[in-house]
Amino acid sequence: MRSLVSDSGSGAAVPCGEWTIASDIREIDRVVLAVTTLCEAAGFPPKVCRLNVPVALTEAIANAIERGNGGDVARSVRVMARIDEAGLCVEVTDEGNGFDLDAARALATEDGWVEREDGRGVFLMYALMDHVETSCDAGHTVRLVLRKS
Amino acid sequence: MPFAIERDDDLLTVAVDGQLVVGNRQELKQLVLDEVEQGVRRVLIDFSNGGYIDSSGLGALVSLNKRIREQGGELRLAGLNDDLRTLFELTRLDTLFHLYGTRADALVGF
Repeated sequence: MRSLVSDSGSGAAVPCGEWTIASDIREIDRVVLAVTTLCEAAGFPPKVCRLNVPVALTEAIANAIERGNGGDVARSVRVMARIDEAGLCVEVTDEGNGFDLDAARALATEDGWVEREDGRGVFLMYALMDHVETSCDAGHTVRLVLRKS
Repeated sequence: MPFAIERDDDLLTVAVDGQLVVGNRQELKQLVLDEVEQGVRRVLIDFSNGGYIDSSGLGALVSLNKRIREQGGELRLAGLNDDLRTLFELTRLDTLFHLYGTRADALVGF
């Protein structure tokens, strides 16, 4: 696990970090704390650091562990975070084949959603981030983007 | 211990210290359900010292609400700060739960 400050090429320091964890939900908190700490240091609003970033990132990593990697502790999850002038970009990559994010998001429009025990994770990622997208290349990646202002 | 409990007759009060998330939501569920099994019917969960709640934590509260109601009881939530209220409004869970500003507020008429 590492957290560092790199050079963007323009001379400006760019807070960033990269973490690789086992598919164990007990690993989530320390990565979320590290990314949130980066956001606090970069001047993101307190509410964003208390709510938006930790909740959305927890959802993304939990999905990667439980859905993407099927809870197989032998499979890993990689988290890459980068903050620049535009904002925060976090990529969460698992070793699975991905899942239908739109279908998961659409659960929120179904009758009885409020009474369900599950089905809020993807909805919250979209609600708390400015942009969410996925890609499948070497593993399945969820990309969370949050603008600074 | 992220959950401190107090029991008075059939009233259980749980103070959450820190986050309620995928890593500890099962612990909260089991703790409360064990007490319901032992006769608790009124459950107050106090988030005054709580941090954020993820979807698993919200799901645990939904599940507990259902189980407690099935036993003829009631679940009340207290001490939610503005961040948590935002979360409940986003997910429309403010329509499902009784939300109270403080523990004392929640105990009125409980």
